[in-house]
Amino acid sequence: MSSSVSHIITSVLSGLTATVTAALGGIALTVVLSLAAGLALRSPSRLVRGISRLYVEIFRGTSEVVQLFWLYFVLPVLVGFQLVPMFAGILVLGLNHGAYGAEIVRGAVNSVPRAQFEGAIALNLTPAQRMRRVILPQAFVEMLPPLNNLFIQLLKSTALLSFIAVPEMARQGELLRPVFGAEIGWIYGTELVLYLLIALLITSGMRALERAAARRLGRAPSKMTAAAGGV
Amino acid sequence: MDWSWEAAYDSIPLLLKGLLVTVEITLLASAVAYALGLVFALIRRTGIPVLSQAVTLFIEFVRSTPLLIQVFAIFYLVPPLTGFTMSPFVTGVVALGVHYATYAAEVYRAGIEAVPSGQWEAATALNLPRSRVWTAVVLPQAVPRVVPALGNYTISLFKEVPLLLGIGVLDVLNRAKEVGAETFRVVEPYTLAGVLFLLVSLPASILVRRLERRAAHS
Repeated sequence: MSSSVSHIITSVLSGLTATVTAALGGIALTVVLSLAAGLALRSPSRLVRGISRLYVEIFRGTSEVVQLFWLYFVLPVLVGFQLVPMFAGILVLGLNHGAYGAEIVRGAVNSVPRAQFEGAIALNLTPAQRMRRVILPQAFVEMLPPLNNLFIQLLKSTALLSFIAVPEMARQGELLRPVFGAEIGWIYGTELVLYLLIALLITSGMRALERAAARRLGRAPSKMTAAAGGV
Repeated sequence: MDWSWEAAYDSIPLLLKGLLVTVEITLLASAVAYALGLVFALIRRTGIPVLSQAVTLFIEFVRSTPLLIQVFAIFYLVPPLTGFTMSPFVTGVVALGVHYATYAAEVYRAGIEAVPSGQWEAATALNLPRSRVWTAVVLPQAVPRVVPALGNYTISLFKEVPLLLGIGVLDVLNRAKEVGAETFRVVEPYTLAGVLFLLVSLPASILVRRLERRAAHS
């Protein structure tokens, strides 16, 4: 019993690197895409706005698993080369959650008081300076709590990569299942606890960022009630 | 590009059959989530000592861990433990229902907190029994307000149904996979599966947005 339990735990742990890689890669891509698409949603150009709106609606309107299957199984037929599973996985995680993040960024920028835009114009700041020095630092504080939720969603979605054979925790666990009869409770127990721990790490990291961002603006850190999950 | 309209046309009947299963699971799981979520919210609100904390912990745990693992755990662990076998379909309804109940609980909580305290005081002044306060005063005001938020969760639930192919539910995506395995053509069925999702979820989100506007006005 105990040897098979330790075997189960080490096998599931062997998927931890892939899970963390996928989550971190997905988060990095999400941040980039959210900012790009979120700011593009507010662009004065109709074309830019249209393209980013199309991106957001397509990725929010379809299922993440369908997107994964499409990118992994259909794209190779269309373009003639196969993506490495981990790369395809990070791409889908980033593209999907980036579409949700774009709305978060847009909402946060819109929530910055109008007078801040006007003040920046009155000070003769260029549009880029205005965004980088005045608007984004304030919007950033607003973005962090919903982004925390989004990153937890992303972490949970990494389990879907088991469908395209990324050797992450869910996949390592499923490979064990046929071998162990009575002890499969340990497989899922270990997995769930590990996901919970990573989720706690993400949340505490984001809380630290929230405090730092609020301090930078000279605000007292507000009581954040962001919990995990939610779309 | 390698697109055959004929292959696309031929895959439609099976995909629609799968879509029906996806929609059935979405509706049944939503019903479970709405009912169970309300129970969770009420238990937390009433603050029954141990039960209330247990529900809070359960909600945090379910929300922070992947749905796919929960589906596997229910599918492979519940039958040996209880001697009660569940079909993939029922497992999907239960897993999605419980997972989204934890989201719905938060939605109800916000709705209940938004009921003005004067309503509580008036109910107390009228000496209404506790059950009447909930059923006749608080919930009739709280629930309509949260309908759009619940609707949004039903839409995201709809988009999570395909992960049930991990336990063999014959949803849209699994049917697309089936078509792909039979005809060796993957482009059409998978693309159409995506299009079907858009065709359902875009009108649904427009409907929810309309409900939101109506709720904001009333």
